[in-house]
Amino acid sequence: MRLRAIGSRRRRGVFTAIVLAAAVFIGFIVALLVGDFALAPRDVFGAVFGSGEGSGRFLIVEVRIPRALVAIGVGAAFGISGAIFQSLVRNPLGTPEIIGFTQGSSAGAVAGITLFGATGIALTGWAVVGGIVTALAVWLFAFRRGALGYRLIIVGIGVGAMLNAVTWWLLTRANLATAQSAMAWLIGSLSARSWAHVWVLVGAFVLLVVPLMFAGRTLRILEMGDAAATGLGVRVSAASTALIALAVVLCALAVSLAGPVPFIALAAPQVARRIARSPGVTLLHSGLVGALLLLVSDVVAQHALSGRAIPVGVVTGVVGGAYLAWILTARTRADR
Amino acid sequence: MGLIAALALVLVASVAVGAKFIAFDELWRALVAGPGAGGAGGAVDSGDAAARVSENAAIIFELRLPRTWLGLWAGAALGLSGALMQSLTRNPLAEPGLLGVNSGAAAAIVVGISVFGITSPSKYIWFALLGAAAAAALVYALGARGASANIPVKLVLAGAAVSAVLMAVVWGVTLLDSAALDHYRFWVLGSLTGRDSSILAQVLPFIVVGGVLALALAWPLNAMALGDDVARGLGLNPTWVRVLSALAVTFLCGAATAAVGPIAFVGLAVPHAVRSIVGPDDRWVLPLSMLAAPVLLLAADVLGRVLVSPNELQVGVVTAFLGAPVLIALVTRRGPVRL
Repeated sequence: MRLRAIGSRRRRGVFTAIVLAAAVFIGFIVALLVGDFALAPRDVFGAVFGSGEGSGRFLIVEVRIPRALVAIGVGAAFGISGAIFQSLVRNPLGTPEIIGFTQGSSAGAVAGITLFGATGIALTGWAVVGGIVTALAVWLFAFRRGALGYRLIIVGIGVGAMLNAVTWWLLTRANLATAQSAMAWLIGSLSARSWAHVWVLVGAFVLLVVPLMFAGRTLRILEMGDAAATGLGVRVSAASTALIALAVVLCALAVSLAGPVPFIALAAPQVARRIARSPGVTLLHSGLVGALLLLVSDVVAQHALSGRAIPVGVVTGVVGGAYLAWILTARTRADR
Repeated sequence: MGLIAALALVLVASVAVGAKFIAFDELWRALVAGPGAGGAGGAVDSGDAAARVSENAAIIFELRLPRTWLGLWAGAALGLSGALMQSLTRNPLAEPGLLGVNSGAAAAIVVGISVFGITSPSKYIWFALLGAAAAAALVYALGARGASANIPVKLVLAGAAVSAVLMAVVWGVTLLDSAALDHYRFWVLGSLTGRDSSILAQVLPFIVVGGVLALALAWPLNAMALGDDVARGLGLNPTWVRVLSALAVTFLCGAATAAVGPIAFVGLAVPHAVRSIVGPDDRWVLPLSMLAAPVLLLAADVLGRVLVSPNELQVGVVTAFLGAPVLIALVTRRGPVRL
């Protein structure tokens, strides 16, 4: 009986993963088809398969395809890192924000922009270093014999608030044009992404695929509780340190390529859990949902206001907030 | 008693310390001379001392006193609203930012600047108040439904959700409109300077009404701490206590945020400190938080003036750096803070 139930749950998991992957693919096609510069589907597919020519081909191959691929990769990275964080701290609000990563990378990037005029790769470096240093500091403050959760969240809030103050203070010191370009980075945007960004993502995921397979298994064991996990031969504190490191690397990857896009890391694991009807963490589904969310949000962001593209972070912020409110009302109904 | 002495000390320091330090005897002479001394003393060449008195009087009456006065009221409002909110939500992390008040004010200000072209702080303060109230009402409508045992947690979640949407609005507007960003980036840090005295006059009624309401709620909140059933047994209506508390919080915190900007951690840290000394009785926690918060706020303001003299650090930056370590120390020393 039980075995069959587990088997059907696994089949359901595989099935939903395939459906999600198909949805991501459809989203990818849609992202290629729509744009300010209207192209007939025939031209689009021609360009993809190498037979098109001229400006249409350039637009598809050099602009829309890399942008959509970066959206997929970054969304997946945010989704997976959010799933790891939420599973470890056992709190649906657990996101890269809570361990101060986002605030750290924002402060780092703004410092780089306003004090040193950093752009491009240097800016990315500032952001990643700021984020990792902050995450490390929060981790050192909060870590005590594997006890996580509550303390980590509060230390993250405190450190995050200090860094926020630094960020905004730097913004008041800068001139307005600089402040505005820093602001654009702070929101998170996918405009002007090229193949170089895509290759970075591909390389990173190739390197991370094995650790991620282990991570999913270990997380499911850790979710049974520290005692049970120890009994099953998992060294809890070492494992959770390694998992946090993995989540931070993924988050650093995503932030360095798109800026601190809000809410994907929060919403993707929750949506994935509901779609897969899984009681535990599902890294694969979270990644796929994250990819889908960011891809769709980016399409919306480019076309929601006619004539003016808004950064994708604005869209994910609105959608994510509405989603949280929905969870809240849905839970309330269940309470009654 | 000690608290009142501390408050007096900080008040004096706030008037005396700054880019130009004024010694206490000179401070006294300038205060006695009154605000009129600026004009009269300057015209007559009656020696160095008189000129100094008049210069000091000008600094004190035009810059330092309004600033101190504003800090006093804003600090009291923040401390009281923080204490009230922590009691109301039974959440040790509750602070004004949490119920969406700050982001409501921010979004309204940004929209006011960008859409209606309002640029003077004494006008966009109304937007801030309105936005704070609207956001708090929305958070309450979302969070206070269903089984009442879960309401505190749901209020916090609803606050996070509403804030997220509003902040996205702020990001969007400031990105498209550089004028709005220019005002917003200074407002968002929180500062006691550059606000004229008319602002305090505008928000003072709200602070007073909210304050009276809050202090009157101390006993009902004590009863609510024992659970809704006990409160009902004592003849209270839990829903009304919650609604009135939320109203008081909105008034206090909306007014303070409108006047001085979103100041982090004063509303969070002060009630914790007070509670660790006098225990959880709201009849003590509320009034003492009201007295202690201005001490922290004004001390932070004075510190901000001295640290990078002759420049100034905005008070919001200083409170973040004073408040966050306190918070971290609280959780790492004693484990979970409970209410």
